[in-house]
Amino acid sequence: MNKKIKKDNSLIRQTRRWSPLFMWPVVAAFIIGFVWPFIQGIYLSFCKFRLIRDAEFIGVGNYATALQDASFRHAFWYSALFAIVSLVLINVLAFAVAYALTQGIRGSNLYRTVFFMPNLIGGIVLGYIWSMIFDGILSRYNTSILMESKYGFWGLIILICWQQIGYMMIIYIAGLQAVPEDMLEAAKIDGATKAQTLFKVTIPNVMPSITICTFLSLTNGFKLFDQNLALTAGQPITYVDGAMVKSTEMLALNIYSTFYNSNSVYPGVAQAKAVLFFILVAGLGLLQLSYTRKKEVQQ
Amino acid sequence: MKHQTLAAERRSKTILSVVLGVICVIYVLPVLAVVINSFKLNTFVKTNTFDLPSGEMWAGWDNFIKGMTFGNYPFWKSALYSVLITVFSTFLILLFTSMAAWYIARVNSRLCRLVYYLCVFSMVVPFQMVMFTLSKTADSLRLNTPWTIPIVYLGFGAGLAIFMFVGFVKSIPLEIEEAAAIDGCGPLRTFFSVVLPMLKPTLISVGILEIMWVWNDYLLPYLVLDINEYRTIPIHIQYLKGSYGTVDLGATMALILLSIIPVIVFYLLCQKHIIKGVAAGAVKG
Repeated sequence: MNKKIKKDNSLIRQTRRWSPLFMWPVVAAFIIGFVWPFIQGIYLSFCKFRLIRDAEFIGVGNYATALQDASFRHAFWYSALFAIVSLVLINVLAFAVAYALTQGIRGSNLYRTVFFMPNLIGGIVLGYIWSMIFDGILSRYNTSILMESKYGFWGLIILICWQQIGYMMIIYIAGLQAVPEDMLEAAKIDGATKAQTLFKVTIPNVMPSITICTFLSLTNGFKLFDQNLALTAGQPITYVDGAMVKSTEMLALNIYSTFYNSNSVYPGVAQAKAVLFFILVAGLGLLQLSYTRKKEVQQ
Repeated sequence: MKHQTLAAERRSKTILSVVLGVICVIYVLPVLAVVINSFKLNTFVKTNTFDLPSGEMWAGWDNFIKGMTFGNYPFWKSALYSVLITVFSTFLILLFTSMAAWYIARVNSRLCRLVYYLCVFSMVVPFQMVMFTLSKTADSLRLNTPWTIPIVYLGFGAGLAIFMFVGFVKSIPLEIEEAAAIDGCGPLRTFFSVVLPMLKPTLISVGILEIMWVWNDYLLPYLVLDINEYRTIPIHIQYLKGSYGTVDLGATMALILLSIIPVIVFYLLCQKHIIKGVAAGAVKG
């Protein structure tokens, strides 16, 4: 026993000597690509600057400006509404499709292939494909997706459903296939109807998948950027309390345009918005973690 | 009695299959719309979006030829840069994060745990949080070319890859590596000829996720690269439509078709791996 521990240590000691090769490349890139930008980002959100060099600490002023910004508040509520509507639609439809595809019907594999396919197409390209389709339909009524915010909203919902149902379907299929066969058999023998089996046996058993998909579609909804930019880019413009607001602009796009499109505001405000956005998304992540932990304990 | 229910069940299954088949056809219609409109003259794309490009609407291969030099940037160049960046970034990520993950899982020092937890943390940080400072940092370190941007991808994408690799390495019994050490393998040999082959399933999953991410990514290369010289396909397509003025929708659709054909071929070829990889990456949240 004692000998074994010694051997382990020598193995580890030997490995340690190679740390420049094994660890440093990733650590260096990680510092450049994440750690340093993150720390600098937090710091700059409390600063007034145009270039990073001239940054001057001003406290929470940027956060106050950000929270008072009508376009940011609109983007928050718009994103929240979008995230919730897309969450419900994507999950209900994805579960329904996954359930249907696990009933042993003919063509299941082909159907699965087709439903998952849109997932591989990038957000920008997706946005342009659908903007052509929506404009093809709406031009018959002499309007366009850029004319009314409700078109933009539902257009983006349709797009995101088309893209993400297949993804969530894959997770649900994996969950459904793990439901113990004998449980389903027992329910059948006890005379349970199909609906009863679904709600009393199947759904409780796929709860982990439901949790994953719920949070995944919620955070995806909040983080959406490419599709939003390509489909409407925030158009049309409306006025809320006298302030100009892009009516279909979501949070990520709002942060982006505060950084790069407006020359009147200092980027510090945009960085403050980005920090708030990060807190929101990370908070949802933590919520998911604690929720899944709790579920695991119960089982 | 039993016969009847069986027959009924078979009938309901057939109906379900047909319904799903119809939904499937609807599902591929958007891609079909791209195909038919890429052969249509520009003026008809908006008015006759859903008609076949027959008669006077037929543009032949003109849209594709026009698209090649569209937007004052040759399309083949952006395709080349997209391939270069995707291949190089994925290779870097797979090589270095698997090495680091093995080191982290086996050595498990305080520093290792710090790196690991930072990686897990980085997975919940949205790109908008770091995009401004990251693009400035990349600029000042001259990481703004297609040959150096993979380093940025390695840094920002390390989180998920390390998380997945560490999880897998921990499930490998230590005895195999001990045996290799007794046989006289140093850490380097142990990793490359013993551990790496065992990591193959995770290498494929992570590889697929990284390829899908880098290939479709728009904002990171857009902010980091020097756009006048280097464009990737998503940047190229965004530039066609994003620039106001006359947009040739027919040519745009031709380019979109060209950009999704390799993706669909890739998908059909390694469908099994892609679906497995995506399901494995779903933990990221």
